[in-house]
Amino acid sequence: MRRWSGHAGFVAAGAGLLVVAPMLLSDFRLGLLAKYLCFAIAAVGIDLAWGFGGMLTLGQGVFFGLGGYAMGMWLKLQDAGPGGLPDFMSYSGLEEVPWFWRPFSSGWVALSAAIVLPVALAVGLGFLIFRQRVRGASFAILTQALAAAFVILLVGQQRYTAGTNGLTNMKQLFGYDLDDPTNQRSLYVVVAVALGVVYLVARQLVKSRYGRLLVAVRDGEDRVRFLGYNPTKVKTLAFAVSAGMAGLAGALFVPVVGIMSPALLGVVPSLELLIGVAVGGRATLVGAVLGTILVNYAKTGLSEQFASGWLYLQGALFIAVVAFAPRGLAGLADLARRRRPSRAERPVVDLAQEPVTGPALEPAK
Amino acid sequence: MSTALLEVRSLEVVFDGFRAVADLDLTVDEGEVRFLIGPNGAGKTTLVDVVTGRTRPASGSVRFGGRELVGMAEHEIVHLGIGRTFQTATVFEQLTVVDNIDLAANFRRPLRSLLRRRRGVDERVRVALDAVGLAPLADEPAAVLSHGQRQWLEIAMLLVQEPKLLLLDEPVAGMTKEERTRTGELVQAIARQRTVVVVEHDMDFLRRFAQRVTVLHEGTVLCEGTVAEVQADERVQEVYLGRGGGTRHGPEAAAVGPGA
Repeated sequence: MRRWSGHAGFVAAGAGLLVVAPMLLSDFRLGLLAKYLCFAIAAVGIDLAWGFGGMLTLGQGVFFGLGGYAMGMWLKLQDAGPGGLPDFMSYSGLEEVPWFWRPFSSGWVALSAAIVLPVALAVGLGFLIFRQRVRGASFAILTQALAAAFVILLVGQQRYTAGTNGLTNMKQLFGYDLDDPTNQRSLYVVVAVALGVVYLVARQLVKSRYGRLLVAVRDGEDRVRFLGYNPTKVKTLAFAVSAGMAGLAGALFVPVVGIMSPALLGVVPSLELLIGVAVGGRATLVGAVLGTILVNYAKTGLSEQFASGWLYLQGALFIAVVAFAPRGLAGLADLARRRRPSRAERPVVDLAQEPVTGPALEPAK
Repeated sequence: MSTALLEVRSLEVVFDGFRAVADLDLTVDEGEVRFLIGPNGAGKTTLVDVVTGRTRPASGSVRFGGRELVGMAEHEIVHLGIGRTFQTATVFEQLTVVDNIDLAANFRRPLRSLLRRRRGVDERVRVALDAVGLAPLADEPAAVLSHGQRQWLEIAMLLVQEPKLLLLDEPVAGMTKEERTRTGELVQAIARQRTVVVVEHDMDFLRRFAQRVTVLHEGTVLCEGTVAEVQADERVQEVYLGRGGGTRHGPEAAAVGPGA
């Protein structure tokens, strides 16, 4: 029964995104929605790491950026043509394409790198960090520092990364003109399908035994050790998957929005990725997706009205959620649903007074 | 008949300059049920922590079936066949009772084989559920369990891992009289097939279920023997009655006295 309602919900959401939204929304609005969906992909990953795994990762922008730059480098090389130099390189006096750019002239290398690089970095970092039992606030600060350092690196290596400006002015993807609204609409469909796949992957992880183990590590890492599991591995896997999802999100973001720059992956954007998850409700995948779409929609809407107001509102929103609805919108929805009927149904009260359930004392022979 | 399963030799544990355990020797034979008693701060839990890898000793050795445990990680020690419970039962409240046990049951499987969903309930999980009488609550979140039920859930999680050696840290603390009796009988049933070390304060429980008792005091072994022998030992009485032993163990002292 629940299973069917879950499937029905997924199908309905899919129909809404793939059929209804393209029919109702203008090219411009659909493009915005595609951008929100990219963030939602990253948010699903954050939800895995933070909501289910308890790893408050404030540096997701790094992985988002790695995916984005991998994609951006490929598009820039394509625009430059065989043997050509991306525009910003010639401005800054480079004569030829640097060695680490070269592999990205192949689309497939670039696309796989967009996921493999973040995953590899997360695996390396995860093993180092989690084995040392760094967690909680220390982990959060460490990942945030990482985001800051990444931005400094990108800005500092202007000749190779285009610095503060970032990679812009990309013209084509697989030979399709990115300025063509029809192509942008197709791109939207690709992003929506990618979100669906990412959601299903995350759902499978969460519902599996591994998902239970991840929650157990979140709630009692030390206890899990005495069950014979190595929390380092458990956490690293979730962290790596979340990094891969952020990388994919970044890679899709580039052709949709047409830019990848340090301003999109620093400390603040990394936090913004998290806010949607917090608002929607961590440890619920649907909450993460809806929360992210909602927060970004609100951001666009409010920025259009009063440009500077959004930052304050965003801060206030975050504080409100943490203080009053730690489980986010999903938590509030749960609360509303349970308000009336469940008092009688809930078994909690009876159990404490029921002495009947105890060890069966027949000799175990 | 008796082969040593656990051998602790000249163990020393230091916390911030304080010697919690000093020059401690202990041998537990295979198939034995051993009780560890002693006043607060005697080093009982510290000893369990060292054996399970939670605490690193300053010096000394802990051998399990001939293998040195000092320096191994907690989860590696579990894989050798040592399981433990905690003074305050710690179970995963967000998970159901059956998921708690299922997680414990699958600890030997590689991570990638855990990526599938659990279908139904494994036979061994069901047996463990029945053994501790939690089958009716199998699908409830562990958060709803009473204190006693949590202890039983922990014991079920241990049982399903089939350890060779079980370390139970105060399994009846905070339990009602009825729960204590049940737990005691459960421990007895378990001990038929395994080696069990129980850290316990409760003298009544001790008298009913202990075979051999080791008394710890100020981080070292004071004496060892049957319950009667230990109770008759003058040094034990001294420690518990407080002649130079301090005043903080009032209720236990009364219980262990020769007349009690």
